[in-house]
Amino acid sequence: MSMVEEAQVLPVKSEVSKRQARPSSRARIIFSKLAHTPRFWVGAVTLAVIVLWSLFGLAGYTYNAVGLDVMAMNTAPTAAHWFGTDQIGADLYAQTIVGLRKSLIIGFVVGPVSALLAGFIGALAGYLGGVWDRIIVWFIDLLLVLPALYILIMLYPLIKGGSWVIVMVYLAVFSWMILARVIRAQTSSLRDRDFVKAARFMGVKTSTIIRRHIIPNVSSLLIIDATLGVGAAILTETTLSYFGFGVQPPDVSLGTLLSSGTGAATTRPWLFVFPAAILVITVLATSLAGDALRDAVDPTSGANRD
Amino acid sequence: MIGFIIKRFINYFVLTAIATLLAYVLASSALNPAARYLGRNPQPAPEVINSILDGLGVNPHVPVLERLWTWLSNLVMHGSLGMTVDNQQVTAVIAARAGVSLRLLIIGSIIGALLGVAFGVWGAVKQYRLSDQLVSYASFTVGATPTFVIGVILMILATGLNGITGHQLINFSGEYTAGLQGSFLVMFGDRLNHLILPTITLSLTAAAGYSRYQRSAMLDVLSADYIRTARSKGMSRNRALVKHGVRIALIPMSTYFAYSFALLLTGATVVELVFSWHGMGEYLVSSVQQNDINGVAGSVLFASILVLIAGTLSEVVYAALDPRVRV
Amino acid sequence: MTETMIVPGTHPQGVTPVLEVENLSVTFPQSGADVRAVRGISYHVNPGEFLGIVGESGSGKSVSSMAVMGLLPSSAKITGSIRFQGQSLLERSDGELSRIRGKGLSMIFQDPLSALTPVYTVGHQIAEGLLLHDKKLSTRAAALRAVELLKIVGIPSPERRAEAFPHEFSGGMRQRAMIAIAIANDPKLIIADEPTTALDVTIQAQILEVMQQAKEMTGAAVVLITHDLGVVAGNADRIAVMYAGKLVETGGVDQVFHEPAMPYTIGLLRSMPSMASTEARLVPLEGRPPSLAALPPGCPFAPRCPIAIDDCRKAEPALVAQPGDPFHSAACIRSAEISDGTLERADVFPRPQPVAAGIPVENAGAEVLSVNELVRHFPLMKGSVFKRQIGVVRAVDGVSFDLGAGQTLGLVGESGCGKSTTIMEVLELTKPQHGGIRVNGIDVAQLSKRDRLKMRKDIQVVFQDPMASIDPRLPIHDVIAEPLTVHGVSRKEQQRKVSQMMELVGLDPEMASRYPHEFSGGQRQRIGIARALVTAPKILVLDEPVSALDVSIQAGVINLLADLQQQLGLSYLFVAHDLAVVHHIADHVAVMYLGRIVELGASDDVFNRPRHPYTQALISAVPIPDPTLERSRRRVLLEGDLPSPTDEIPGCNFRSRCPLYTLLPENLQQRCKDEDPSLRALEGISVACHHAEHDVLISTGTEGQCR
Repeated sequence: MSMVEEAQVLPVKSEVSKRQARPSSRARIIFSKLAHTPRFWVGAVTLAVIVLWSLFGLAGYTYNAVGLDVMAMNTAPTAAHWFGTDQIGADLYAQTIVGLRKSLIIGFVVGPVSALLAGFIGALAGYLGGVWDRIIVWFIDLLLVLPALYILIMLYPLIKGGSWVIVMVYLAVFSWMILARVIRAQTSSLRDRDFVKAARFMGVKTSTIIRRHIIPNVSSLLIIDATLGVGAAILTETTLSYFGFGVQPPDVSLGTLLSSGTGAATTRPWLFVFPAAILVITVLATSLAGDALRDAVDPTSGANRD
Repeated sequence: MIGFIIKRFINYFVLTAIATLLAYVLASSALNPAARYLGRNPQPAPEVINSILDGLGVNPHVPVLERLWTWLSNLVMHGSLGMTVDNQQVTAVIAARAGVSLRLLIIGSIIGALLGVAFGVWGAVKQYRLSDQLVSYASFTVGATPTFVIGVILMILATGLNGITGHQLINFSGEYTAGLQGSFLVMFGDRLNHLILPTITLSLTAAAGYSRYQRSAMLDVLSADYIRTARSKGMSRNRALVKHGVRIALIPMSTYFAYSFALLLTGATVVELVFSWHGMGEYLVSSVQQNDINGVAGSVLFASILVLIAGTLSEVVYAALDPRVRV
Repeated sequence: MTETMIVPGTHPQGVTPVLEVENLSVTFPQSGADVRAVRGISYHVNPGEFLGIVGESGSGKSVSSMAVMGLLPSSAKITGSIRFQGQSLLERSDGELSRIRGKGLSMIFQDPLSALTPVYTVGHQIAEGLLLHDKKLSTRAAALRAVELLKIVGIPSPERRAEAFPHEFSGGMRQRAMIAIAIANDPKLIIADEPTTALDVTIQAQILEVMQQAKEMTGAAVVLITHDLGVVAGNADRIAVMYAGKLVETGGVDQVFHEPAMPYTIGLLRSMPSMASTEARLVPLEGRPPSLAALPPGCPFAPRCPIAIDDCRKAEPALVAQPGDPFHSAACIRSAEISDGTLERADVFPRPQPVAAGIPVENAGAEVLSVNELVRHFPLMKGSVFKRQIGVVRAVDGVSFDLGAGQTLGLVGESGCGKSTTIMEVLELTKPQHGGIRVNGIDVAQLSKRDRLKMRKDIQVVFQDPMASIDPRLPIHDVIAEPLTVHGVSRKEQQRKVSQMMELVGLDPEMASRYPHEFSGGQRQRIGIARALVTAPKILVLDEPVSALDVSIQAGVINLLADLQQQLGLSYLFVAHDLAVVHHIADHVAVMYLGRIVELGASDDVFNRPRHPYTQALISAVPIPDPTLERSRRRVLLEGDLPSPTDEIPGCNFRSRCPLYTLLPENLQQRCKDEDPSLRALEGISVACHHAEHDVLISTGTEGQCR
């Protein structure tokens, strides 16, 4: 019944081409751009080293995070105690690794989870538009009035005595808002793009449009911000824990370590400097990698215009 | 233009008001004001505790909305924010502490913004050159360092400096040297001296964020057609970049300022804690620790008013910079 | 480039050219291979001369003039020499160049939207240019002079307008302000880079007029860079054609247009749809320009050239003077054969034969789409604290037309006339605000959800911008198959249809797994057409389908559309602002102005004898790529800009710009003021003008129609 078929304008010469399985070429462009960005390599390699180190750094090491070496209290770094010990003889190297593990887990959970939350809420607001959009945006703005740190501090009585997992949950709940606004803006501009209009005029369902056209086109943003969110979550967690509002003893995180090391920062600097340096390097690595990703995804960056 | 600002102000006002009320509810449900008395020896009778809590208006047996209403009507009718657990007017505490926080916030944000804008513009103009790379890596490093770590490192450095010179060159504990007597000039100098490290700490964190944002705003402007037009008129590149470029790149910064103000408040709170300043941020923290609901509510209200002012200010700056919004 | 270049053109004795460019090359270093955007070009401009530089996007025409201005990014490597009034420019510092820029040498840019700084008043930006070069001038004097300049370029109430910001100006007014900036210091040379490309055709005519005036007033030489041969035909003294970073033909405007000697120029001229001719098929210029990062040896045009011989692929030909005419040069080894007539120009690019009709259209001409009194108003809100409605935007204000089976209806008008809103309303297939839409006789307001989905099979759309209308993340198989997914077509069937469609539109089905960015603009538009055709629709809505494409690519796509209509019996609703394209493809044409149709009729009738003064002005504003015709005809210029669609204009809404209205006696004018004209039949067409019978515009000779 199709006119096209009846017409048989041109004989179909070739067989239906076999669709080769090849990676999305856009992804390939991004990868090749990334490969030429030193910042990405610095960040990614450093991060990988830190993760591996936190996993295997204690293998073969004599001391652990809880045992005390009463023979060596307040020692500066030695061959036995790589990062030294504190006033009761706890090994700082072991404690740092245990703290780092906790901070990394919190970062790697909170970053992606809050990015997902942001993606879901932002895309919803952006695609629905109209009243729903305004309600969601207003709600986001409301959450942005007070610093997240203030809210988290006020929630402290609920954390006290609880597990560090609660800290993680609260962090995720209060760190998606700004990204959600970005995703929303991106989505509503996509909604007006011709290819989305075209799909609508073909009769494609809204849910299919979101799945096929909207999500893949904002996914790069989500990946970037999940990466940057890792570092941001670690920073918030350490700040909270530093002042006693986050991870509670006997759990150890980089924040609690720094907190107990501060008092001796001038007299026994190793207690402060080692955890601080590892914290900064970890967060720096995630932000370098995330920033390089952002540059690679942004089609206008580095373009030489006519 | 006035209409635009009024509209934005009303919007901010409603947002901050609701946020404050929600924070009151949150604090009332999370904190346990009775805990403070239960641990005492001898333990006061439950009736005594009850009456103390009633007097403060924080008794958990009263429904939270009723307590909120009392708090709100006291604020509106009497300008009172209730009493602290130490039987002081919260308003009096705020009056004593507000100046401390404002001094830090105002000086810190001005220096931070100036540094951030300057470094951001510099980085964009010298994109991918060595100086841009240096500025970029420096701002990334500062951004990756928690504010308290910066503060502690600065303290370590200052101690070292004091030790080398043999003088108390830089003071960093508290807002002023306790018990110091002298002329106004001496007292003023002492306060300035105590300001140095906290201000550097706050400005550095703020500048790191601003410079990244300013850099990308400036990069957008660099390739703009109107820069080319200005140069085609006979303007040198640098002059065109300053007169036509920076002016435009500042427009998105005014919006970013409103968004980043919460970060600035966080930073100021951390600085107050690290340098033992008795400001409003420190007050919030100690109120939480003491289960002092009225204190928490008061400090949240203070923060909300600052957010409201900062938000409105950024809209005023936005409207002043961009004629397109002046309807 | 080591070859010696001959500087072609007229060199009157004792006159130093204002601008001499010799062996200029511009290279942009890239990570892969360097992009050689300009490859050794030489030309000169004499005082007071008007040189037109013509080329398609990526030909290096803009880069070369930015090099002259010294405004290229510092990463660009520039070699050769550029002399302005005898002094070399290339080695100068930015500071030294700044003293020349804006004073002796000034520039007008393409996009008036972004070329003015949004935060300074227009008057300030003009005065700035004056103050930069005259330190003694007071700010007040500069401001007064700025107002004067605004008056010169034809901006009404210039005192008030000088205080306005760029966003308060329309596109045409901004371009006038740009011209005011450019002529502020009486320059010796004005470079205009596509100054009218972003503007509507009636505004383009105004701007070209202002530029001619500016040139006469200042005595400056003008270099006009454009892709539109029509724009230079009537204005330029000499033409230089660029291709792949090289000059391939230079000469006097008549020589280049009437006796082109380079196949590229011939192809370009023949591929353009012209208002002056309505040949059945256009001459396509197949292929695309080579990548400037990896140029093969030989003539860069050889892969697209129908008369290329083996020698063409060996070495790149130099630009050499034509025998018998030292001022006409071409870079082609066969140009002598073309000049002496051994090779007929018409045979170089032969006109393709029309394809045979596929199937006879059943009940040809029967109505397939009918739009009746369609209305689309948008409320206009204002107020900062409390929003209130202060007016309506009458985007579409009572539009009626019919589209017959197998026919093409062209919907033309300038931007803001409501043509796009009209088709978007049609495509929604829902009940409009007012009026009715019937597809195949069925009122769309009555459709159930399921029936509407079924109807979407019959009516499909092709968008303007092939970059924006295709999801960059899907392989083109999925792009083309997307409409089928809605109708539950099996995967296998989808593949079969996709490859069939790709064949149909002239794409290799082997490429189905590739991604959109691997295709050129023209190919992407073919993908868009394939996607629209895959459900075997009866109606195709074409929203400016060729306006984003280069001239040489346009012809191929237009021919394809014409062929498909022949073969498949499609009906087209063709929206465009390019009248030449519409004239070429449409059977019927509807001219829209401010949300209304002002003239409707058979294409030939409307274009050959337009009745509405707006249609007359619109048609006469279209430049014709023929210098002789351009010079002989005179234009009906429209005053001012399109009024805001929110304005309540009593009576005829074209009155404020109508050239006929001003010529009418007062008693006849009164009717235009009082009575809103509706469409009425007049000698076979419909026209919405009370005085369409008055042929004053034509009879008084203020206008010469194009044929």
